[in-house]
Parts: sequence; C-alpha cells; structure tokens
Amino acid sequence: MKKWIAGAATALMTLTGAAFAEGHGDYPDRPIMLMVSYGAGGATDFQARIVTMTAGNEDALGVPIAIINKPGAGGRVGWNWLASQAEADGYTLGAYNIPHFIAQSIEGGVSYTADSFEPIANWGADPAVFVVAADSPFNSMQDVVDYAKENPGGLTFSGAGLFVGHHIAALQLEKAAGVKLAYIPSNAGGAGAMKSVIAGEVLGGVNNLSDAFRAREAGNVKVLGVFDLERNSFMEDVPTMAEQGFDIDNASVNFRGVMVPKGTPQPVIDHLAAVVPTMFENSSVQGKMSAGGSPMHVMTREEVQEMWTARQATLQELLAGL
Amino acid sequence: MEFVGYLGDVFLPFNFLLLLLGTIGGLILGATPGLSPTMAVALLIPFTFQLAPAQGLILLGAAYTSTVAGGAVSAILLKIPGAPANIATTLDGHTMAQKGQGAKALQLSFLASAVGGIFGVLLLIFLTPVLAKWALAFGPSHLFWLAILGVTVIGTLDSSSVVKGLLSGCIGLWLATIGFDDIMGAQRFIFHPALGGGINVIPALIGLFAIPQVITMFAKGRASTAAEVIVVQKSPIKEAIAEVFKRKRALAIGTGVGSIIGLIPGVGGQIAGLVAYDQSKKFSPEAEKFGTGHSEGVIAAEAANNAMVGPSLVPLLTLSIPGSPTAAVLLGGLLIHGIFPGSDLFDNHPDVAWTFINSMLIGQVLMCIFGLYVAGLAASVARVPHSVMAAVVLGLAVFGSYSVQNSMGDVYVMATLGVGMYFLERFGFSAAPLVLGLILGPIAEANFIQGSMIANATSSITSYFFTGPLNLTLIAIVVASVGYSFWMELRSRRYTSKEEIMG
Repeated sequence: MKKWIAGAATALMTLTGAAFAEGHGDYPDRPIMLMVSYGAGGATDFQARIVTMTAGNEDALGVPIAIINKPGAGGRVGWNWLASQAEADGYTLGAYNIPHFIAQSIEGGVSYTADSFEPIANWGADPAVFVVAADSPFNSMQDVVDYAKENPGGLTFSGAGLFVGHHIAALQLEKAAGVKLAYIPSNAGGAGAMKSVIAGEVLGGVNNLSDAFRAREAGNVKVLGVFDLERNSFMEDVPTMAEQGFDIDNASVNFRGVMVPKGTPQPVIDHLAAVVPTMFENSSVQGKMSAGGSPMHVMTREEVQEMWTARQATLQELLAGL
Repeated sequence: MEFVGYLGDVFLPFNFLLLLLGTIGGLILGATPGLSPTMAVALLIPFTFQLAPAQGLILLGAAYTSTVAGGAVSAILLKIPGAPANIATTLDGHTMAQKGQGAKALQLSFLASAVGGIFGVLLLIFLTPVLAKWALAFGPSHLFWLAILGVTVIGTLDSSSVVKGLLSGCIGLWLATIGFDDIMGAQRFIFHPALGGGINVIPALIGLFAIPQVITMFAKGRASTAAEVIVVQKSPIKEAIAEVFKRKRALAIGTGVGSIIGLIPGVGGQIAGLVAYDQSKKFSPEAEKFGTGHSEGVIAAEAANNAMVGPSLVPLLTLSIPGSPTAAVLLGGLLIHGIFPGSDLFDNHPDVAWTFINSMLIGQVLMCIFGLYVAGLAASVARVPHSVMAAVVLGLAVFGSYSVQNSMGDVYVMATLGVGMYFLERFGFSAAPLVLGLILGPIAEANFIQGSMIANATSSITSYFFTGPLNLTLIAIVVASVGYSFWMELRSRRYTSKEEIMG
C-alpha cells in the first residue's frame, strides 16, 4: 500500500514537473480576464463584450474571456490597477483607449505611461465628430467658426471630459481655426455631452461617431464634420475637417484594443498577438459590431506599436501648451 | 393603445417562461447586497446574445423591475440597502422587522412597488412624447438646484436633531470629494490607491448601514446567552392590501414623486425614494411616527423607487440617451441586436418596443405575486440568533462590496466607513443623511462647474442660475423646504428634553 502511494506521488510530481518544464506551451489553460476601465454599458464595455465573445472557440483562444469593469476617474482607476497591481501572467488583459490613457499619462498624476503596457491588437476606431442640434442654424464647420470669430470664447460645446479624445479634438479645432472656444466637459460621459447638445444647453458638441450616428438616425442632431483623415463608411455624406479647410489629423480618433501589463512573458504575448486579431475578424463579431453602429478597425501588434508611438509625439506637442 | 396589440406576445410560452425567469432571478439578485439593478442587468446581457431581440428584452425588462423591488428584501430584513434606491426603505422597514412585523413590511413594500411600478410604466406607455420634453428641460443650473433641494432634505431625515442631520450630511459631502474630480481630473484626498476612483456608493451604503448593526449584534450576543428571539407575527395578505390602500397619501406621494424625479437623467433613481419619504413625512399628520416602524414610510419609499423604473427609460427610448446607468446597460442590450432606440425603435421594431414595455408591466404583477409569496418565509430571518445573524450579515457585506468591481479596496472602504458610522450612531448621527450627501455632492458640484462654464461663456452666473421659471420654482421649493425644517425644529424643541437630543 505504502509503495503504491509513493509511486502515485512520484508520478504526480513528474507530471507537474513536466508541466513546469513545458512553460507556456499549453497557454491558455483557464479563462482569461479582460479589464475594462469604464462602466458596464459604456461603448468600450459593450464593444469589448462583443469582440471577445468568440474567444472560447477552438480556432481562437479555446478559453472564454471574462470582462471585469474597473471604472472611475475617466479610466485612470482601471489603468492604474493594470499597471501596478495586475499579474503579468497572460491571464489578465486590459482594454485600452487611445488617446485617453496616453493623454492622461502626459498630464501626470497616474502610475502608468505608454511603456507600462504591451499592445496585443486593435479592434475599433471611433472618430470624433462635431454635432449640433437638429434645429441649429449652423450647417457647416465654417458657420461654427464664423460664429466663434464674432463671439470669442462664446461658442459653448460639450464633450466627454478633459484629456479624452473629445478634448483633443476640441484643442485641434481651436488651433486649426485660430479661434477661442468654450469647451464644456461633461461628467456623464459621451451620453451626457450628447444630451446637452440635444437639449440646447450648449451650441454644439464633440461626440463619438457611433453615438452621433444613432442620434442622427433618431433625428436629433446634424453632424457637421469628422475629425479623421477620411470620411467614415457609416456617414459617407459628412466631410472631414481637412476637406472643410482645417488642418486636423486623426489624433483624436478613439482607438480601442487589447493590451497586457509589461512583464508578461514574450511567448504569451506572441501567442495572443497571433490569435486575437483573427478573433476580431470573425464574421459574427463583425456582424454584431456593425449592427450596433460601432466602426471596426483591426490592427496587429506591430501596427498598434507604431500608432502608440505616433500618438505619444502628437499629444505631447498638443498638450504642451496647457 | 398600440401596446394592447402586442400584449399577447408576452404570454407566448417561451416568452412567458423568460419573463418568469427574469422576475424570480431579479428578485434573488436584487435581494443580494451589492448587486444593484445595473449590475444584475449587465450580468444578464450575455444570455440575450442567443435570444431574439424581443425575447432578450423581456428578460432584461423583467429583471430590471424585479431587482429594484428585490432590493427592499435586504433593506428590510438586514438593513442593507442593495442600491441607493432602497435607502429610505431601511428607515421604517427594518424597524418594523425588528418589531416582528417583517412579513407585513415586505408585503407592504411589494404591494406599494407594484402600484408605483405599474403607474410608472403606464406613464411610459401613454405620455412618452410629453415626458421626453420634461427630461430635456433640466440643464446644469436646474440639476444644481435640484441637488440643493436634496440637501435641504438632509436636515429632517432620520436624525435626533436638524443640526446632527446637517453635520452628517456634510461628512457625506466631504466623502464625495475624495478621488479624481470628475471634470478637471484633479486629485483630491487620495492617500491610498483604493480611493483613486472616489468612494463608490454601493460599498459605502453597505458599510454605513450594515456594519454598525453587526457590531451592535456582536455586542448583544456576548451580553446574554439567551439572545432575544423575535416572534414573527403572521400577516394575512388581505390586511396588507387594506393597509396599502388606507395609506393613500403616502402611496400617492411616493408614486408621484418617484415618476417625476425618476425622469430626470442622472439624478432621479438615486434620490426618488428619499425625497418621497421626506415629503410624505412632512405631509403626514403622524409625522412623529416615521422612523419607528411606520407603514407609511415603507409604502412611500417603495412606491417611489418602482415608479421611477418606467419614466427613467423615457430618455433612452425616445432620444436614444441613456438617463441612468441601468438604461446604459439596456442600450447595450438593444444595440447588440442592431436596434437603435429612438424613432427607429417605435417605427421599425414596434414588436420589440412594445413587448419590452409590456413585459415590464406584467413583470410588476408577477413580481408582486412572488414577493407576497416569499414574504412570510423571508421574514423568519428575524428569528435567527444575533450571533449567527451578525456573521451572516458581515459575510454578505464583504461579498457585496467586493463584487461591485472585484476590488479589495472597496471592502476596506466599506469596513472603515462602517466602523466610523458605529461611533457616529452612538452620538445620535444617522447614516441616511450621510449617504444622501455622498450621492448629491458630485451632482451639485459637477453641475455647478458646468453651469458656471456655460454662464461665463454666454451670459453671467447670476442670470444663468437665478432666472427662468424652472430655476425660480426650484429655488422657491428649496426656501420652503428649509423654512419648514426650521419651523418644525423650533416647534418640537419645546417638547424635547435634553436627554433625547443627546440620543
């Protein structure tokens, strides 16, 4: 009997030993967690749930991805947690929002920079757009800028907060048009900013293209311009800012994707970087995303790394004057 | 009357099964401390991926209505309000349970919830276009005055004196400033990473209400081995129904206040119950009975928090703007099926829209029936000995705080606030005004900052905050509310001995 137990124990030890020796070969062997630094029901949370829904398929990661929300302070709480407290073992992923977290790290007061994280893949790109209420006298960006020139600092327009894509877009518009505007940050996110446009509390607003698309379908707003390099397939009729004579690039576009904390083993990063983009390309994911009015833009790890570096430079220059 | 045409859809076998599932599941989730209606609905969203749009929404609609009502169970039996909506229910509901009238309190709360809830959904059905305008009428200046109106309620809410009520309200307002400031992103009073996101209302609620009670129970458990066992009185449903309809004033005030305030985006749901409780206390000839286990308190609070369910969805369904966190989650549930709220919803998917609204209507009735059924059973919780009860409540408190965002930091916040509150309560301070301060602080502050930014850009602060009929009306109500509190205080002071004030 004793021999039998000893034998079993040896066998067990060999087994676990083998598993250790193999390293990350069998990654992932348990469910993975994706931290979203915004609340349940927000655009980032909603999209993260859709793009990860096929993670459990055999041709994807083979294990499900669970969404964990850590909202607060415009995303700072969640990203602080991911940078300083999360385990870098490949079972803790995070959703990123560019330019938000890079702008926040430039502003300071947080425990992360772009170097604290390793990008995996990008799933979406939601450009900022300029909206006005459906009954507004403004019909083009020129009307808006003309008004702002007549009333310096008197053109009130809303956005989702400071140091987020909307704020960056607002700064770019001020700089490109050479006017002073009154940007009113909302404490209730994009939805709060949209409400104040529709209710007529402010003269206009910067908002997400996906939300503006819905509000326009409902007949509540007019969309005057897109803060991106080219027109968006959701609204082909809306011209870009550059087309209307303002020198504005895509620095404010809200890129959403998956990243891991620095220190995650390289084989794990490589595995995720290879599999995650194919997950985003899944046809049922694409179908659900376009049904929900969420523009997709799949990018690989290398492309995201390039994009992060570019953003870092642009934002540093733009925010230097603040 | 378009909704009647789609009423049959709710009763299709599979749909009805989902409705039952949503209602019962919602009651259980709602009764679990820490699981607010928003979280319960978010947890159910993945299940709707596989369902047809209308069916998914039946599940979500039923769950939303019944979690709001289910929150009353833990509020009454354990004095843990599951969500801000249930704070006012603890004030009289838990006192009733301590007197052995837990079954009655639960029955009253479910009946009042059903009456308020059905009224709210009917408003949603018939008056949506009118209500949408009302929801948009509240700009930053109005929301600021509304928050100030809420602050004036603080003084009269469940404290031994107005001064102590205001003081604990101030502590709440201070606690609300902790964390990154919502608008500017400035850091305030963050001395531990757990406080970076500010103090989350749910762990604070659990700590402030449940922990002092746990400590008291442990203390009592040691004092006498023969712990006092409360006799749970049987309560025939017929009597409860008669009681609810006898308290017409509380029922009407609760329903009215709940539906009006519930409509205002961002503010409504959290304070509807407390404002309704306060108003029915002020209008009641038996005002002094409030807080001692008076049925009107439970009826007003629960009628209000369920009446708010229907109107709170008006901005979402008509304007595609989610007015509350729960509405934002429901928006996700709609978008995932490619349905955009707004005119698109009612014009192109009327079957989905009306089935959803009908499911909330029928859900209210089912919720009431199940609630009444379990009320008798649930009330026997009061028979559990103090020492055991304290352990259970403590366990639930830790679980509830942790589960909000899977963070130990929230558990520390809960424990710290709870222990602090135990000492404050010994000096006659009360948790309800403190929580109200915590909820109203950010609303008042953010709207004041936004309002003054708009005012500086367009006109002047004075004209922005002090002109316009809605501003003036709200200011008048604020003045009347403050005046009333002082008058009551002066009048009652003559009859209050020094010992009573010391609590």
